[in-house]
Amino acid sequence: MDVKPGSRWKSAVCDAQIVVVRPPKQAGTLQCGGVAVLDLNDPATSSGDVHPDHAGGVLVGKRYTDLDSGIEVLGAKAGKGSLAFDGRALQLKDAKPLPASD
Amino acid sequence: MQTPLLLDLTADVCGDRKALGTLADGLDFAAMRGNARAAAARLAESNAQNAVFVGLNGNALPILMFASGMAGLSFVPVNYRLPDVDLRKLIARTAPSLVVVDDDMHARIDGIDGTTLVKRSEFEARFLVAAPAETEPLSEGENDIAVLLFTSGTTGDPKAAVLRHANLTSYVMSTVELLGADEDEAALVSVPPYHIAGISAVLTSAYGGRRIVYLPAFSAEEWVSIASREAITHAMVVPTMLDRILDVLAKTGERLPALRALSYGGGRMPEPVIARALEALPHVDFVNAYGLTETSSTVALLGADDHRTAIASDDPLVRRRLGSVGKPLPSLELEIRRDDGSCCDAEEAGEIYVRGDQVSGEYLHKTAIADDGWFATNDAGWLDADGYLFVEGRLDDVIVRGGENISPGEIEDVLRSHPQVADVAVLGLPSVQWGEKVAAVIVAREGPRDVDALAAHVKALLRSTKTPESWYFRDELPYNETGKLLRRVLKAELANQD
Repeated sequence: MDVKPGSRWKSAVCDAQIVVVRPPKQAGTLQCGGVAVLDLNDPATSSGDVHPDHAGGVLVGKRYTDLDSGIEVLGAKAGKGSLAFDGRALQLKDAKPLPASD
Repeated sequence: MQTPLLLDLTADVCGDRKALGTLADGLDFAAMRGNARAAAARLAESNAQNAVFVGLNGNALPILMFASGMAGLSFVPVNYRLPDVDLRKLIARTAPSLVVVDDDMHARIDGIDGTTLVKRSEFEARFLVAAPAETEPLSEGENDIAVLLFTSGTTGDPKAAVLRHANLTSYVMSTVELLGADEDEAALVSVPPYHIAGISAVLTSAYGGRRIVYLPAFSAEEWVSIASREAITHAMVVPTMLDRILDVLAKTGERLPALRALSYGGGRMPEPVIARALEALPHVDFVNAYGLTETSSTVALLGADDHRTAIASDDPLVRRRLGSVGKPLPSLELEIRRDDGSCCDAEEAGEIYVRGDQVSGEYLHKTAIADDGWFATNDAGWLDADGYLFVEGRLDDVIVRGGENISPGEIEDVLRSHPQVADVAVLGLPSVQWGEKVAAVIVAREGPRDVDALAAHVKALLRSTKTPESWYFRDELPYNETGKLLRRVLKAELANQD
């Protein structure tokens, strides 16, 4: 799994889609709903169930990070599953929106 | 990560939201992306490395900018106000390039080696359509230079500042929330296309999901009329624009009820202007932003609450924050350094340094960023005890009088508060005794010109070494079109005169 910045992924078990903002320091597996995510262009559609331990949900526009690996992703489409990297749950990044300046 | 992704995300999530143009017949985000994809296919057919834009602001600009990124070209908006000979020289440097040019500017840049011209009317007829045909998206290219902006050097050839996709996307994603804008939000863009704020406005609006409306070329009357007609909620202006807009509001009685936020930057804002603006538009959030081309736009900002607190405060330390650019963005680091590289104390002026992913600090063939990532802005400034940043202007403009560093901005502020003074520029002129002496160029209001009174005013509020020794009067001062005082032009004039 080449988790590079700008790469887009979709959950294998729910509607969530995500974009990688910062890559992890080491290779690993990005998961949603407890299952490895799929390349956005993968023809497979989501099937199976969200694991109850990974059912916190993904929200559009929110950022999720894992401090250990440094990975940071952005929710591009909402879904029921929550995100993890190598089994560690990603944390919602609390970013205060700034006023528009451009 | 590349800049077209910012548009892609918005177009995927809410493609039917208005993206560009008027309420009546603007394009939605899906159509904006569709047009950009079609234009990208056209760019990819050419052997161009750069997509150049020579023209007034308008809907073609963001289409070409995104298309350029999609096709793996660098986007190069060029200042069409340059004299023909300089304009042609710049465009020659962009070869091999495809140039979209306003029809009435076509003849000025015809026949330059390695360039293919496309008239704007033809570009718009093909790539600004309400229902663009499906075009297969191109795969992401290898070129990571998103934008080249020629900086207006006063000596030598202009430098091409490099903004990489990573700089710009980092800036956008750390300052704006994806689809963070309400559906009725609309930004009025009046800064020129070749200004960094014109670039960042396109990207932040696309990612935030905010409609963009363009003012082709600034006039205060047009600005107010479009803001009113299009229910504009957000806009960015430079100080001289704001002053003229306030004049129009005062004359017409227009209150712009839809307007929510007005940001300003690109030069020093005189305090009387911002105080007047707060009074005239009490429902509007004012934001002062400080940034440079080389930092992908904003690095510090003074928010609406800071403005309101400062204007209402009797505490001079709080009140003066109206003249600050607020606090650095949380996503980057900022330091004030002495000449020897050590950090300044609070209230002590030095050079402003920044570090962060959005900072490019790079020109074609030359990086200006240190190995440890810090970029020297060449701006003088200081932080107060609470971390508010005050920018004094370009380091080159600092007057060194007998070993004392004197900032022109501070003296200009004091002089501008005098009733005789309509506008003022302060600069250093050669002096045998002091190395440099302080000179003031005044645009006077009607009435008597009393230099002694002006000198006494400065002396009372600052100190004698900061009191100008030479005084000049002018009918107007030279500004560039984005409201930057051309201090060096004035300096050269006065040096020749003496």
